[in-house]
Amino acid sequence: MATIAVQFKIDGERVVRALEEARDKLDGAGPKMMLDLSAVKRIDAPGLRALEELAARAEDKAVNVVLRGASIEVYKVLKLMKLETRFSFAN
Amino acid sequence: MTKNPSNPTEERMAYLDGLIRQAKTAAAVFSQFTQQDVDGIVKAMVLAGLEQAQHLARLAMEETRIGVLEDKVIKNMVATEFVYNYIKDKPTVGTIREFPERGLVEVAEPIGVIFSLIPITNPTSTVLFKCLMAIKTRNAVIFSPHPNAWRCSSEAVRIMYETAVKHGAPEGVFTCLESHTLEDNAYLMRHKEVAMIDATGGQGAVKAAYSSGKPALGVGPGNTPVYLEKSADLSMAVVDIIVSKTFDNGTICASEQTVVIDDEIYDSALNKFAELGAHICSEKEAAILERALVDRQTGCMQAIAIGQKATDIARVAGLTVKPATKLLIAPIQGVGREHPLSVEKLCPVLSVYRARSTDEALRVCVDVNHAGGLGHTAVIFSRNNDAIQKFSQVINAGRIIVNAPGSIGALGGVYNDMVPTFSFGCGTAGGNSTTDNVNIYHYLNIKRMARRTPAPMWFRVPNQIYFNFNAVENVRQFPTRSTVIITNPGLEQIGHADIVRRYLPPEASVHVCVIPDAEPELKAILQGVEALNLYKADQIIALGGGSMIDAAKIMKLKYESPDADLEELAAPFLDIRKRAVQYPTEKINQSRLIAISTTSGTGSEVTPFAVLFDKKQGRKVTLADYSLSPDVAIIDPQFVMSMPKGLTADTGVDCLTHALEAAVSTYASCYSDCNAMQAIRMVFKYLPTAYQRPEEEEARSMMHNAACIAAMAFANAGVGVNHALAHAFGARFGVAHGRANALMLPHVIRYNASVPTKFRPSPNQRAYVAHKKYATIAELLGLGGRTIEEKVNGLAAATEQLLDQLAMPRSIAALDISKEQFEQALPDLVKIAFDDPSWLSNPRMPLMSELEELFWSAYRGRGMAPGSSAVQQAA
Repeated sequence: MATIAVQFKIDGERVVRALEEARDKLDGAGPKMMLDLSAVKRIDAPGLRALEELAARAEDKAVNVVLRGASIEVYKVLKLMKLETRFSFAN
Repeated sequence: MTKNPSNPTEERMAYLDGLIRQAKTAAAVFSQFTQQDVDGIVKAMVLAGLEQAQHLARLAMEETRIGVLEDKVIKNMVATEFVYNYIKDKPTVGTIREFPERGLVEVAEPIGVIFSLIPITNPTSTVLFKCLMAIKTRNAVIFSPHPNAWRCSSEAVRIMYETAVKHGAPEGVFTCLESHTLEDNAYLMRHKEVAMIDATGGQGAVKAAYSSGKPALGVGPGNTPVYLEKSADLSMAVVDIIVSKTFDNGTICASEQTVVIDDEIYDSALNKFAELGAHICSEKEAAILERALVDRQTGCMQAIAIGQKATDIARVAGLTVKPATKLLIAPIQGVGREHPLSVEKLCPVLSVYRARSTDEALRVCVDVNHAGGLGHTAVIFSRNNDAIQKFSQVINAGRIIVNAPGSIGALGGVYNDMVPTFSFGCGTAGGNSTTDNVNIYHYLNIKRMARRTPAPMWFRVPNQIYFNFNAVENVRQFPTRSTVIITNPGLEQIGHADIVRRYLPPEASVHVCVIPDAEPELKAILQGVEALNLYKADQIIALGGGSMIDAAKIMKLKYESPDADLEELAAPFLDIRKRAVQYPTEKINQSRLIAISTTSGTGSEVTPFAVLFDKKQGRKVTLADYSLSPDVAIIDPQFVMSMPKGLTADTGVDCLTHALEAAVSTYASCYSDCNAMQAIRMVFKYLPTAYQRPEEEEARSMMHNAACIAAMAFANAGVGVNHALAHAFGARFGVAHGRANALMLPHVIRYNASVPTKFRPSPNQRAYVAHKKYATIAELLGLGGRTIEEKVNGLAAATEQLLDQLAMPRSIAALDISKEQFEQALPDLVKIAFDDPSWLSNPRMPLMSELEELFWSAYRGRGMAPGSSAVQQAA
């Protein structure tokens, strides 16, 4: 199982870049990929778009993307965007 | 997808969906922002708006050709500076208001995506205002400007958006539709991702917004009446009206439309208007103006005249006016379609009406108000507060502006302390959901976090209680000119009244009012009141058992407050603090009630209750209010030494029931508990002796005290279902109250100690504790038992044993009441017991079926008390 830690604060391009990296690694990820969001305090619009794209690609490749350590604030944003149904969550 | 005829094309829908998606993402991202983030962005936007105020005003003028450039600059500045002044320190993220004393906290939740219509009359100021509100509240907005003002409106959106994003706002937070259609608007209004519509615009747009099925803020049309009342400061009023009506050439919908002027000042008012640059139309000119300005078919003003100069309107109409004319004033004779100039005129044309009386003036103002301006704005100039009050009562307007210009006054923050706005809520009469000046709080979902508040509790008893042998001598310390002793024939006969009389001041006139010793009926009560009135009593001494004292309480109530309606005062209630009826507080005679109890059970001498027997309906009616409590209680055992055995047992059981019910009551407190528990110990210890050896003074004295102490507990904690059952049963079958209680008591203990079928809302009780409290009582009585269940069983058994010792009947059947008789009475018994307020403080909410089962248990009766030696131990 591939674990990619997203450890950058929001409004940096690094969150997006990390998500893009994750998306690119879906091929070798196996049935499950875990992203560590515990360092993400806030998510912005590009970040959301990158997550959406990741979700779409993961669905195509039948990979279950697990978001670990998402704060309740980030989780609520995903909920508002109805994105939470496309991921699994772990503490 | 099949194309809906009212929908835009598929391509257009996809485009609009994209805008929505962008706004939704922005709103979601925005939800993470802090107050500090938001306030920083807002301040930057305000500064940008102020800097661009003139630029935006010029654009608006060039594009719309409506209004006055200089005034549009002011509008833009009000929309930024004044609005900022109002919102800058207001929290809009997280906790926004706290009410610690009420345990309430208001927490803000953004709305999400707002679809917002912008009017042609204020195309840039409204945008600035709404952008600030949206950012302050963390919402995203899709703007739909008026088609003839979209360039200036979208420029205002652009300036606000770029500034906001530059200072950290999420991208996509504002979008402005360009070259859109009514179909676009309709599609967006119905879109599932649009959370709210804010429609500032024409009637059609507002109606469409409300028809969309979405939560909407809408602004209704105006037709502002002005009452220029004869006491007004005329110079100020005329200037204010001109300022207001010419501001941006009258484009603000709150501006004055018809000025109704009292006859006394009509001519001088018009002269002043003329002096300051208004043209007063002659009758003929008014007719010409009317034809030019008002569309005959629709009855509305011609749109082409909106926001035009007075001189231009005059020129187009064919009137000759001075070049500096600011305002055209046209006298009208009435309001309605036959008087076209009485409609809303968003231009510097004002109609005036000469009113011959105040009534006529108010009537015409109401007519104008109802002719298209309901819920919007009205103005009065007056120094007469009564006239102002009257005006505010008869006019239906969200804003009633007093002694200030209507348009700028309604905007708020300039001439008064109303909330600054560019959206006027017009209430239901205007087809709107609010009468407020729309503001940041309308852009928030406000969540109320309500903490559990500790229920207010109390412990109220008469402030003077005298006890022990010969405590009656204390009556001598109370000054009196006329005392009425209320007692029964038996007590009068054995000389108890004489004992009391002995201690009354010699100069006092003392009268004894003897009434039958039964549960008081209204007839007897009213006879007693007659006696009190006859002797002008300043002191009432109730000498007797519970019924006698209850009678005296009700007599005093009627004596002090003759209009008191006993029927109404006995109305049922859930919570004594919130009851629908109020006991009278005015007392015309200021009399004192001293209660001397001659039985050891009811404790009526310290309670706020009085039971009245409703002979007509065959039921007891309970009155409850602390104003019924006696002022002084005397617990003198000499009056109970001669109590017969049966009465000793009955009243003793009543006392025990009071204490047991108060102990497990949902209103129990540590104050009532100490009284209840002590009373229970005393009853178990002294009642058997008082019953078996009545001459034992200590036992008598302690039982007399126990009754009073138990009453102090239940006077504050209430009783329970046992009393509700006993009241119903006792009244129906003529069984003494204590005896009726005894029949129910062991069954009720077991019932209350088991997990309720239904819990009753009870804020003062944090947990279900009745079984534990019974167990505590069992421990106090030394009944043994290891588990709570064993202790509860021990208490029930000890109670049964005590009742046996007192020769209490074991069952209803043992009273020679046949099963058929009982069965026939049962439906009524259940109904009456359920209506009895006594159970309101019971730890279990009794279901009707449970009341029925409890009655049956009492009918079948209790078994022999197994093995408990509590009574012997306590003794």
